[in-house]
Amino acid sequence: MAIAPEKRASPIYEGSRIPQPTPSVLRVPEELRRSDDILEVNFGPNHPSTHGVLRLVVELDGERVVGLRAVIGYLHTGFEKSMESKTWWKAIPYAPRMDYLAFQANELAFVLAIEKLLGIEVPPKATWMRMLLTELNRVHSHLVWLGTSALELGAISPFWYTFRERDRVLDLFEMVAGTRMHTRYFQVGGLAEDIPRGFFDECRKFCEAMPAAVDQYEQLLTQNEIWLQRTKGVGLLSAEDAIALGQSGPVLRGSGVDWDLRRTQPYLAYDQVEFDVPVYYNGDVWDRYKVHMDEMRESTRIASQALEGMPGGAWIADDRKVVLPPREELHTSMETLIHHFKLVTEGFRVPEGEVYLAIESPRGEFGCYLCSDGGPKPWRVRFRAPSFVALQATATLMTDALVADMIAAVGSLDTVMGECDR
Amino acid sequence: MSLASVPGLVEQNEAEHGETTLVVDPARLVEACRYLRDEEGFNFLSDISSVDYLGWGEEPVAGYWGGASGRDLNRPGTWGLSRRPAPKPKRFSVNYHLLSVRSGAREAPRVRVQVWMDDGEDVLSVVEIWPTADWLEREVWDMMGIRFLGHPDLSRILMDDDWEGFPLRKDYPIGGEPVRFSGEE
Repeated sequence: MAIAPEKRASPIYEGSRIPQPTPSVLRVPEELRRSDDILEVNFGPNHPSTHGVLRLVVELDGERVVGLRAVIGYLHTGFEKSMESKTWWKAIPYAPRMDYLAFQANELAFVLAIEKLLGIEVPPKATWMRMLLTELNRVHSHLVWLGTSALELGAISPFWYTFRERDRVLDLFEMVAGTRMHTRYFQVGGLAEDIPRGFFDECRKFCEAMPAAVDQYEQLLTQNEIWLQRTKGVGLLSAEDAIALGQSGPVLRGSGVDWDLRRTQPYLAYDQVEFDVPVYYNGDVWDRYKVHMDEMRESTRIASQALEGMPGGAWIADDRKVVLPPREELHTSMETLIHHFKLVTEGFRVPEGEVYLAIESPRGEFGCYLCSDGGPKPWRVRFRAPSFVALQATATLMTDALVADMIAAVGSLDTVMGECDR
Repeated sequence: MSLASVPGLVEQNEAEHGETTLVVDPARLVEACRYLRDEEGFNFLSDISSVDYLGWGEEPVAGYWGGASGRDLNRPGTWGLSRRPAPKPKRFSVNYHLLSVRSGAREAPRVRVQVWMDDGEDVLSVVEIWPTADWLEREVWDMMGIRFLGHPDLSRILMDDDWEGFPLRKDYPIGGEPVRFSGEE
């Protein structure tokens, strides 16, 4: 069920605003170009409010944005190419490093896609723990989005509060995996290690404190006059345009489309927990902000339920051809030693085939396309990065907009450039 | 799913991992995509992914990552295959992952449209059907060197504008960027 605010009666705007013929480029009308009043400004690639190395070539007529083109690729590091030369096992740490906020979601998509090719059964404890951690990761990602977006619009206080909670999430990750970011805790077949003692208590404390913390952020922003003026009616995107431009996640839900992959194609154990999908209908920055706020509450709710429903038992599948054997057996069993050696040096084989697997990452549909020739290395790895797709909508969002609103509009797309450029 | 009336359909494969793959005649790709969007409701283009099958299934060397000449990461090839993978019709495949987005839906129908081509053969652009194909097609051109006919602005997107070669091709080496040393000349 969706959290239902008043459904908007009139459309956000008439028809489509997607520029023609190039959907990602806003072109200056020819008569305006001839008027000689157009100023071309490079916004970025290094600008404090572009969420990374993004360059926007903006053409201005006074304060009005009349032309816009996004230039990306500054952070391209060839993740997909590099992963082709690693074994499946050793390619896993690459996936989370594309994105410093939604690292576990990326890791999960890659691991789930390998498991789909392998057809391996994952124990329920691992499935529930994965769900718990990816929801905490969603809270983490949204917190950083909220803090930095508000900071860019001049509100410095929310930043300190959101980073306070972010630190608590990172503490939980550190407890589980030993590292605060890029945890590499998901392993093909389950988890890399058992859940440490004391984690559930700490996590429960966090889940109890989080709703009150979200209330605090809302107290700072939701009725803040400046925040309202900077976000309401800014960066408009209609539902039809959002779908045509491939937008997903909070951007799509802020445009009035009730769509969440956790509900439409339940993976992990999302069909066994209760949660609502926040939907807002005005398609502006404010609605995207509200979606993010509600999602933090819903994720905390899912995390609490995951804590209650966490099954016991094994944390990784017992498949000696794919999963590292238990450490204690190494000293006594020759077979175990051989399996361990083969897995570490050569890696496991993944049956020939191709899969596309998508999950709902904090930024929307994060897809992983894998192609295997039956060997120990991936033939092709491809990620569908929601940030990459989201930035295409910049030109549509900035139709008839002022240059000052660009920060709010681009920020509301919640893009991470590392993931965008891969 | 009954998709037998898709224009230009060559082959429909539903066996693998519960995913439907429609292999389509490249000449009728736009027609097929328009049919899938308008008649079958696939209004959302998730992704365009391309694969280079150069060296697919060649020279398996059991148990080692490399050939007789030693360890070689940059040579296209397969390592220790227990059996040769099924041959592919052409060198490149381009895959369109389609999704049907309906507000409030409880299911997410997906389909993969696949076209095959050799080096130098072009594909038709689908930007007019799904505007999101704009950057996705540019990335395929940038990384794989597959041209899209009818794309409004087919230029490099992730690499520099004057970059030579297509990094994700199998004959493009890893770490192959030339480095100049001062005492070289």
